[in-house]
Amino acid sequence: MNALSPGHGPLADLFVTGIGPSAKNAPPPVPFSTDSQITWRQRWDHWQARWGYRRGDHRVPPGLYALGEPDHSSPVLVTANYTLSFDAVRAALAGHSCYLLVLDTKGVNVWCAAGKGTFGTDELVERVFSTGLHQIVDHRDLILPQLGATGVSAQLVRRHSGFRVIFGPVRAADIPAFLPQRKATPGMRRVTFTLVERLVLIPVEIVNTMLPMIVAGLVLYLLAGPVAALGVVAAVLTGTALFPLLLPWMPFHDFSANGFLLGGIVALACVWGLWPGAMPLDWVLALRMVGLLLGLPPVTAYLAMNFTGATPITSPSWVRREMKRYIPLMAVSAILGMVGVLWSAIAGWLGR
Amino acid sequence: MATQLQAINTLQYDSHRCIGCGMCATVCPHGVFAVESKRARLVRYETCMECGACQVNCPTQAITVDSGVGCAEAYIRGILTGSEPRCDNSCCGEGSNGRGCC
Repeated sequence: MNALSPGHGPLADLFVTGIGPSAKNAPPPVPFSTDSQITWRQRWDHWQARWGYRRGDHRVPPGLYALGEPDHSSPVLVTANYTLSFDAVRAALAGHSCYLLVLDTKGVNVWCAAGKGTFGTDELVERVFSTGLHQIVDHRDLILPQLGATGVSAQLVRRHSGFRVIFGPVRAADIPAFLPQRKATPGMRRVTFTLVERLVLIPVEIVNTMLPMIVAGLVLYLLAGPVAALGVVAAVLTGTALFPLLLPWMPFHDFSANGFLLGGIVALACVWGLWPGAMPLDWVLALRMVGLLLGLPPVTAYLAMNFTGATPITSPSWVRREMKRYIPLMAVSAILGMVGVLWSAIAGWLGR
Repeated sequence: MATQLQAINTLQYDSHRCIGCGMCATVCPHGVFAVESKRARLVRYETCMECGACQVNCPTQAITVDSGVGCAEAYIRGILTGSEPRCDNSCCGEGSNGRGCC
């Protein structure tokens, strides 16, 4: 936790000494009001967020929200101000009356924001006092999503605000089952990476690689024809869409190795598409095939390697090791592949 | 199979400092720790993804783990621009409208 130092910010110190902005007699601000309805407009917003459209704009105003008709003894649940996070929590709480304390995570989900420190000890302590939560409820319990624990030290929150942090389940959908006893089953405490959870990540992966994919497709079309152009498009989509789907059934541990495997299959399909059917093979065509066999697999491998950053199973040490192991191989393979394709293109033009 | 992990992580746990509060077992999303007879034990060490939640919430600093940026893209950008790898400089920061992973 290099970048994080939970609880050591100036605001935390301010509240310890008791000279915070919330003077004792001032009435607490009125909480925002919300409900558990997800409108079509909000579903449209979620859809856009999944496709990475206006990435930073999927936010709700941070602060305290009243859901249902909460009173001074109602539970307080803490979440991020990303619309997907906030809406998941309030939708899960249909029929409940509670407070939602929304931290300013700059429109980023709980886990990523906790890693960055924006879903953190300082922001939580500050938000408790700036919303007047300590005057609105007479208990001192805050229910946090478990994945917020990366950024929030329960101990320091207690020390700086008097509030006890209770880490709830990983998933918002489990909150109703958690609330009565405030107990999470082992299953509620584990992150999963199900087919659906992998599926929802694919749109943004595709969008982020769309432009380079189109450019590479056009360049290869000019250099090596339609089959090669299709090949590079397939290699990119295999890395961004097929690999995340197939992840649990991939044979190798390292994502990059699996990417090389899938990219190799794409390249072989490409060679098959170019096969003239008659021997001997024209050397210009053979060179093009070799170029594609070397050039396409590292494309898929690179994208698969990048997917490590989007999974809940890979560690930073793992990512660094993969980069050290595979980037040199990818670079050599890609460069040789490009030389092969270019050479065959030039030879083809000169021969004509 | 990709989810069969080898131990590639920096997690270190000093059981002598453990007071058995169980916070590590509560916050860990991979069930790395289990509390047995008032002391935490590493039961799924190899699944640790270095998120750092246990270290942040251990009251006796019995756990250390080198957590940090987990995106290859962030490292590559860091190397290309000669700066520290930072998540918010690459794909998931507030200044990155139109792009994003999380």
